[in-house]
Amino acid sequence: MSMTITEKILAKAAGKESVTAGELVDACIDVVMCHDVTTPPAISMLVEKGLDKVFDKDKIVVTPDHFQPAKDVKSAELHRRLDLWARRHEITHYYKVGRAGVCHALLPEQGHIRPGEVIVGGDSHTCTYGAFAAFSTGVGSTDLAAAIATGKLWFKIPASVKLVLNGSLGPGVYSKDVILAIIARIGTDGALYEAMEFVGPALSEMTMEARMTMTNMAIEAGAKNGIIAFDDTTKQYLDEHLPVSLRGAKSRRAGKAISSTGTSEIAAPAGGGLAMTGGYTVYESDADAEYAKVEEFDCSALEPMVALPHLPSGGVPIGECAGGQMDQAYIGSCTNGRIEDLRIAAKILKGKEVAVRTIVVPATPTIWKQAKDEGLFDIFYDAGCVISAPTCGACLGGFMGVLAEGEKCVSTTNRNFVGRMGSPKSEVYLASPATAAASAVEGKLTDPRKYL
Amino acid sequence: MAKAHVYNRDHINTDEIIPARYLNTDDEQELARHCLEDLDEGFVDKVSEGDVIVGGEDFGCGSSREHAVWAIRGAKVQTVIAKTFARIFYRNAINCGFYLIEAPEALDHINDGDEVEINYEAGYVKNKTTGAEVKFKPLPDFAVEIINDGGLLEHIVKGTTD
Repeated sequence: MSMTITEKILAKAAGKESVTAGELVDACIDVVMCHDVTTPPAISMLVEKGLDKVFDKDKIVVTPDHFQPAKDVKSAELHRRLDLWARRHEITHYYKVGRAGVCHALLPEQGHIRPGEVIVGGDSHTCTYGAFAAFSTGVGSTDLAAAIATGKLWFKIPASVKLVLNGSLGPGVYSKDVILAIIARIGTDGALYEAMEFVGPALSEMTMEARMTMTNMAIEAGAKNGIIAFDDTTKQYLDEHLPVSLRGAKSRRAGKAISSTGTSEIAAPAGGGLAMTGGYTVYESDADAEYAKVEEFDCSALEPMVALPHLPSGGVPIGECAGGQMDQAYIGSCTNGRIEDLRIAAKILKGKEVAVRTIVVPATPTIWKQAKDEGLFDIFYDAGCVISAPTCGACLGGFMGVLAEGEKCVSTTNRNFVGRMGSPKSEVYLASPATAAASAVEGKLTDPRKYL
Repeated sequence: MAKAHVYNRDHINTDEIIPARYLNTDDEQELARHCLEDLDEGFVDKVSEGDVIVGGEDFGCGSSREHAVWAIRGAKVQTVIAKTFARIFYRNAINCGFYLIEAPEALDHINDGDEVEINYEAGYVKNKTTGAEVKFKPLPDFAVEIINDGGLLEHIVKGTTD
């Protein structure tokens, strides 16, 4: 029976030969991501119900990020609850302040995300990890608690939407512009309950960082997960980030095994999945798999996009909104706080001064150090930007750059809901790091292509 | 008597239901004091125990914060009736043992301030102010089972002790 990549991964996790969209399954979880806002309540629930246990201390990854370092007494209490629990259960992968970072940048960077796995996290942008040919979805605290204690969750198999990215991105146009254009076309519930599967030549040319920007925002179209097939770019990233023992892929197509030393012939894999003794399993959608719909996008014709307030679907080409005055620029977050994003912003900011307050937030300590070592901090400093510690911070109106009433911010983040970054009377304009940097220089929404 | 608080709008999101500035706590009573604050500042002053919220499409979109369900439940709202719900919000509500009603025609037949009565088993909302009746498809059996057990964790505990 033909299946999509999402169906194949969930079938394997449920111990089934095959599954179809709409079916309910109990699936085994490979990785559970925990942060400082949704995990403390999950811990309290588990304690209260007498279920205070962890299914596998090696498969839970903990990092405070939303309000870290603690922004006030209450968030410090959340961190304390998270810390006591992680230590009580001797969680193997617990990133404390100094090593902690924005979860969706940190987990792939630290080698916790592998193709073919089922990953859940107490955060809606957990869909980011689907860029690695994994099934990954965000859950609330109760689901998180159940996953922590039992290693299993119920899922309704989502139907899949195929998004074909044709052509090639022009200079100054990035994956952020692509995903904003997609959501502008299909709407914030355009893929409700569905899997968004990205394919096409424009996608093949994207780095893993750029791909993660797209899967990150799958939730902004209402999707359950975003997913991208495995290719050489995926393999190269994994070879650089996974522990040696976990490198190398086993394809679910009979006859192909991809490892860090090359491709070799192996026997056809057995029915319900492979025994994992290292490496990871690569699944691909069948050529005749069923899709709820197929949408084609011409990336060659795409312009830099800006999502106007107050929905991520408010995307318009920069030509339609250029000149709009801003009060702040924010470059960071799980969408666009990776080293590639900071390099793009720095290239535009080099030798210039920003006209509005500009906050740069490297998403993880490794990215922070890279940016420092590469001299990007000098560029940001000289331009008059402030550089923050890794945190989700102001993306969700937490701290480190919240907006006052009436203020407008061009931001590389993923949501521009009412009050998202501060006052309910402030406005957020979503854009790429290039557009945010160019807009910072001019103090108004600006086409980044003039600075290339 | 259950009063309807109607918000004739799509995409009412989790940031409007409970702004992130209050996510430094998970205390349900405290969250309840800020329920719907960025959508309707006066909501908490006019809501009474057993009232219902009525919205459009994609209710609860955005964050995975279960705090959104807790804030609504903490405000003693009995259910939310909407055209459609965002996925994580819907799932969180079931997992919390909180019943949601997906009724595409609700906004056509329920006005702000109307008195309503809900029959969960039969699947209809009776508008006692106008006499109109809005049908809905009851939640699937597995979801009702979780809700009847009091939530997902209670359901798991029950499953391991049965």
